[in-house]
Amino acid sequence: MNKILTTSLEWIDTRYPLTKLWNEHLAEYYAPKNFNFWYYFGSLALLVLVLQIATGIFLATNYKPDAQLAFASVEYIMRDVQYGWLLRYMHSVGASFFFIIVYLHMFRALIYGSYKKPRELLWIIGVFIYLCLMAEAFLGYLLPWGQMSYWGAQVIISLFGAIPFVGEELAVWIRGDFVISDATLNRFFAYHVVLVPLILLALVAVHVIALHEVGSNNPDGIEIKKNKDPKTGIPVDGIPFHPYYTVKDIMGVAFFLILFAIVIFYLPEMGGYFLEKNNFFPADPMKTPQHIEPLWYFTPFYAILRAVPDKLIGVVAMGASIVVLFLLPWLDRSPVKSIRYKGWIFKLALFLFIISFIGLGYLGLQPPSSAATFFARLFSVIYFAFFLLMPWYSKIDKTKPVPERVTH
Amino acid sequence: MRRLILALILLLPNIVHASGGVALQKADTDISDTASLQAGAKLFVNYCMGCHSANYIRFQRIGKDLDLSDEELQENLMFTAEKVGETLSIAMDGTDAKRWFGVAPPDLSVIARARGTDWLYTYLLSFYLDPSRPLGVNNLAFQDVAMPHVLWEQQGWQKLVHTTDEHGHEKAELVLVNEADQEKAEKYQKEVRDLVNFLDYVGEPAKLERYSLGGKVIAFLFIFFIFAYLLKKEYWRDVH
Repeated sequence: MNKILTTSLEWIDTRYPLTKLWNEHLAEYYAPKNFNFWYYFGSLALLVLVLQIATGIFLATNYKPDAQLAFASVEYIMRDVQYGWLLRYMHSVGASFFFIIVYLHMFRALIYGSYKKPRELLWIIGVFIYLCLMAEAFLGYLLPWGQMSYWGAQVIISLFGAIPFVGEELAVWIRGDFVISDATLNRFFAYHVVLVPLILLALVAVHVIALHEVGSNNPDGIEIKKNKDPKTGIPVDGIPFHPYYTVKDIMGVAFFLILFAIVIFYLPEMGGYFLEKNNFFPADPMKTPQHIEPLWYFTPFYAILRAVPDKLIGVVAMGASIVVLFLLPWLDRSPVKSIRYKGWIFKLALFLFIISFIGLGYLGLQPPSSAATFFARLFSVIYFAFFLLMPWYSKIDKTKPVPERVTH
Repeated sequence: MRRLILALILLLPNIVHASGGVALQKADTDISDTASLQAGAKLFVNYCMGCHSANYIRFQRIGKDLDLSDEELQENLMFTAEKVGETLSIAMDGTDAKRWFGVAPPDLSVIARARGTDWLYTYLLSFYLDPSRPLGVNNLAFQDVAMPHVLWEQQGWQKLVHTTDEHGHEKAELVLVNEADQEKAEKYQKEVRDLVNFLDYVGEPAKLERYSLGGKVIAFLFIFFIFAYLLKKEYWRDVH
């Protein structure tokens, strides 16, 4: 039996680098041994991506991308399809969890300096993945064809209209109509199930390849490749990803799935944050809801948009709040990577940034008021200041010496 | 026109539509109470389905979830439908309805998910006489609603009374026109609770299944987690 397996593997290996890939990416990929809590979110993001695709396929087999039928087909899935409700909730709750995981994953990069040299490209690819994810979520949110689907899309697409000269035509081109309509629903369905997932999968593959080329960062921000065993050439602070991190990640997956299941089975609407109440009214182009808001994961950027009185400048500010992420590797002038060895100025700046980001997220959910606008402006300024003043404050910040070896 | 609509959305988001500022009363419903759901179903087909459909639910499903046989369904709930596989649809045409009431009565399949049970409960208890309205009634929870008070015989008529409390705050209160209706009105509250309970169930029939399956899934995952933890611990023994 064993002999047959060995010969089969040899047969494959002469035709396809199966063993080579296995070793390069798992069995002989050496990851720092001091990964902590923050290092679960990469593999969890991958898991949720697979779950979204798997549940998405089943949903697409029963969903009808037609303005007359879409809303009813979602209810058909919820009632008449075997375990349709479970697939639908896994998908809708999965979308929110995807963002929770990705935000925590990005935060990890922020605190341990994982965007700094030599991982600039890895970070940039990651930001592209984040952009794709936003597009995917936005497109998918139109599909249930509820009031919030409709009017949310109406508001967001109309933002393109603010672009000078070509704006209005661009908005019509995106919608395929003068308002959100059946044409829009049909094309958004195509983009949501084919176009964006293809790009997303390709980018994720590139992200993993880039990671395995430069090697993983760690909570100490030490390059483990600088300290290799002279005999074996293996980093002394590295351990093979498989089996050490595969078994650790399985544990993480189990813990994550418990939380995921609690929400799916007992809180699928999450009090209106994961599934909005207003989205249970079918889309009605003649009736504007009194309060239009995007889902929670977009609200920080929505709050920045609303904080600016001029529509065009607001759109530019919202765009800039995401574009600025691309520049992060070059904005940070600190000699150290990890927050563990950075000084108080960076810690204070990060603290204010966290407050602002969560604050903006909260304000994006609230109806506008003068107090809300004041705080949204304040938080927006802090948000941008965190990035744009970084070259200055990260340079003057007093850092601590970084140890030679990783610590636990 | 579109610019105007968007301007309205972005600048005046507090346009009041379809809801007054009334304090909601707790519906306190329980979808595991099958008797209550059955009573609610009966009220729904007798009173609501004159105008409202529930197009996403089938009689068969109601029978299965509410312990009703096909015969019981035929006798008690199905007046025009012939087969148990049919949905709770109605004959009234949307265009006609719009001409008669000014608005087509919405399908109620997911109304409990959109409005919430507390709102529905409060709404059904908040009709009062208002001669200025075309049908003579208004509603405290849904100002100037087009719907008549279909269940007035169950509740008895209410009127709106403005009073001033000891702090000088004005408040509006609903009181029965005829005090003899007190007992009837109390029974009506229970009926409304059953009806709202049924609407909650119709909004998501899977809820009955969801709660029981969830426990099993989470129990499995918990055991899986323990083994995953022990496996990790065993492997990581030699990492220092």
